[in-house]
Amino acid sequence: MKKHRKQKLVVILMGFSFLAAAMTLAGFALKEQIDLFYSPSDIHNGLVQHDRSFRAGGLVKYGTVQRDPESLIVDFVLTDQAHDLKVSYQGILPDLFREGQGIVAMGELNSQGVFVASQVLAKHDEQYMPAEVKDALQRSGGYHQEDHPGSYQYYQAPEGSSYGR
Amino acid sequence: MVAELGLLALIFALIFSLLLALLPIVGWYGRYSNLLAMAKPMAQGQFVFLLISFLLLVWVFLTDDFSVAYVAQQSNTRLPYYYKISGIWGGHEGSMLLWLLILAGWTLAVAQFSKALPKDLVAVVLAVMGMVTAAFTLFTVFTSSPFERIFPDIPADGRDLNPLLQDIGLILHPPMLYMGYVGFAVAFAFAIAALITGRMDNLWARWARPWTDMAWVFLTLGIGLGSWWAYYELGWGGWWFWDPVENASLIPWLVGTALMHSLAVTEKRSGFKVWTLLLAIFTFAFVLLGTFLVRSGILTSVHAFANDPTRGQLILAILLTTLVASLGLFAWRAPQFREQLSFHPGSRESFLLINNVILVTLGVIVALLTLLPLLWPVLGMGQVSIGAPVFNMVFNPLMALLIFFMGFGQLLQWKKDSLKTVLWPMLIWLPISILLAFALTYLYGRTLNLLVVLSLVLALWILFSSLLSMQKRGVFAADGWQALRRQPPSYYGMLLGHLGVVLVVIGATFVTQYEVKRDVRMGPGTEHELAGYRFVLQDFEVVEASNWVADQANMQVFRGQRFVTELQPQKRDYFIAGQVMTEAGIQSRLHRDLYVSMGEPLTDGDWSFRLQVKPMVPFMWLGTLILCLAGILAVLDRRYRRGDDYE
Repeated sequence: MKKHRKQKLVVILMGFSFLAAAMTLAGFALKEQIDLFYSPSDIHNGLVQHDRSFRAGGLVKYGTVQRDPESLIVDFVLTDQAHDLKVSYQGILPDLFREGQGIVAMGELNSQGVFVASQVLAKHDEQYMPAEVKDALQRSGGYHQEDHPGSYQYYQAPEGSSYGR
Repeated sequence: MVAELGLLALIFALIFSLLLALLPIVGWYGRYSNLLAMAKPMAQGQFVFLLISFLLLVWVFLTDDFSVAYVAQQSNTRLPYYYKISGIWGGHEGSMLLWLLILAGWTLAVAQFSKALPKDLVAVVLAVMGMVTAAFTLFTVFTSSPFERIFPDIPADGRDLNPLLQDIGLILHPPMLYMGYVGFAVAFAFAIAALITGRMDNLWARWARPWTDMAWVFLTLGIGLGSWWAYYELGWGGWWFWDPVENASLIPWLVGTALMHSLAVTEKRSGFKVWTLLLAIFTFAFVLLGTFLVRSGILTSVHAFANDPTRGQLILAILLTTLVASLGLFAWRAPQFREQLSFHPGSRESFLLINNVILVTLGVIVALLTLLPLLWPVLGMGQVSIGAPVFNMVFNPLMALLIFFMGFGQLLQWKKDSLKTVLWPMLIWLPISILLAFALTYLYGRTLNLLVVLSLVLALWILFSSLLSMQKRGVFAADGWQALRRQPPSYYGMLLGHLGVVLVVIGATFVTQYEVKRDVRMGPGTEHELAGYRFVLQDFEVVEASNWVADQANMQVFRGQRFVTELQPQKRDYFIAGQVMTEAGIQSRLHRDLYVSMGEPLTDGDWSFRLQVKPMVPFMWLGTLILCLAGILAVLDRRYRRGDDYE
């Protein structure tokens, strides 16, 4: 084999083995760390492993948000309209967290069946619903397009809007 | 009327771009020099009409013409004029027009500044850029016109700009990012033109290189600004989330960085030609992929605008057409550039090769991890998300490896260098770096955090390597000053660029490892201590502006008895847009940031607060600026200004 041919072969082999090594690393990382998403119905149906953290999402049920007066603990209920999930969280909630809003929480299920959240995510814009939550609601039959206008209806003044204020 | 004129100008620009895409190519195949000569005026016409169209959109925004749907959606009479203008790129339609204007601007720049290049090559480069412009102008006219009217219910006032975007960071971030994104279209056009014309010598590389470097500088700045904006404006002190939209800009940056280094070999040694072409194609393909991810609506994020699915499908079609056409052309025409470059393992070429392998691997891995959660549900496997830990586990070790090799690479000469006089003397500095890093880490934190040690090892390693490189060039000899002045700007560009990388690494590692945060409940008079700082809440007050009302906390910070600063975090209610925003109170010093954000009102007039002390954050911003400076130095090199040496 000519010298530059041989060199090229070495280079290509090196590149591929490198990529393979990196992929393996990514594979291991994924196995350990990938966050699966479950809806309240999934959890009710016992699809969840108890020893690892996962993401749960749904709508924050009206009238269920309870704050502890002394600490930063907040309890609320997530629902996909078919089943409910009790959630407990300690810390500051995102600005867009409110009753009726679709949110995603990261955490673990404790032995009493309460989801202990380490992180609560709400999207930047109240017009959006997280894709997972929308999917969960559609699966449980609790999704109604008219409740959650996905498109930006900018020319219709929404209720309580302050046009011209 | 003005809006219709804007649309008309856009359509004129479309006609110019179609002619620009077509005429020079016909001219090149038929050898009609008059058609080749059409490229420049077409590029000028396309730019002029896009500029007119853009200025008319500015006019429509400034005059609050809410009969234009996009203005009603993005603006409001109460917005100050600068946010009315930046509101143009706060949404999808206006962003596209800015994108097009910048693309036309780059095209014009290539047309004006390439007098020394052979006419046919320039004409074909411009034609390729014309194709890209034509495709995206068509897209804008048919799916995303910012000039569409709402009749007959014209709103009295607009919806207001998303409050997150009412900020200096957002005035600057999108234009810079687009400059970078679109700038890689120039590198792409040069690559396609090389394939079409068969001209690809070191002069080609000498011309393609500064354009690529400039695009890279803008992309770096754009990403840096985005991260900085997220850090202080989102209100919680995060600066990188491995969010798909961030990754969409990081992937072209990684592959573009590889391209920049590969072009060096193509210019200096006429090597890596085929590889350089492939990288130029893939960098631009990743730019288009990023555009697709952001614009298609398959992601939900602040960057992804509410939209209809045809947009995503069209961008995907543009992406696939570009890929198939350019890779087809590549397969057909690239073999002519096959080279017989051979080099010694201990040469700069071989380390640039390692650089390329690692950077491209990083780009591919980040792309796969970003796309996986999007493909997973399509394959019917349920919803998954890939969080920061996965990205970090893969990204960080590869980055460390890259920096380790960087220390050798910047020392070596082209073609062949002696392992004995370079590699072994450099390796002596490895144990020294490690010992010093351990000592520094212990002195800093009184514990041995291994990740911090690693980041310091890498920083010291690059420092020693740079000093060694300067010593080899005689900087520390008797007439060192002369030697310092003799070095070309691109040499300093290289050293500074690598220094910038390690500064970012240091900042990122220290803040991740040593930051302390605590969520607390506070009322007037309460105090909390965190990392040696005492945060004392004085009182609350209400602050008003034209489009928001805020609760503000006045908080004094002490270190021991010494007064440090007063922070004024706010919770703002943007009443027109109906959104609540957290404005953090930040005091920034090179060695640490104090960062206070207001959570929610609790009982008895108390609020929840998040207090944070974040070490070394400014190192990241400083590192990014140094990276940009390095790129500019590389472009300033004298050899790019000598225009007279072709033929």
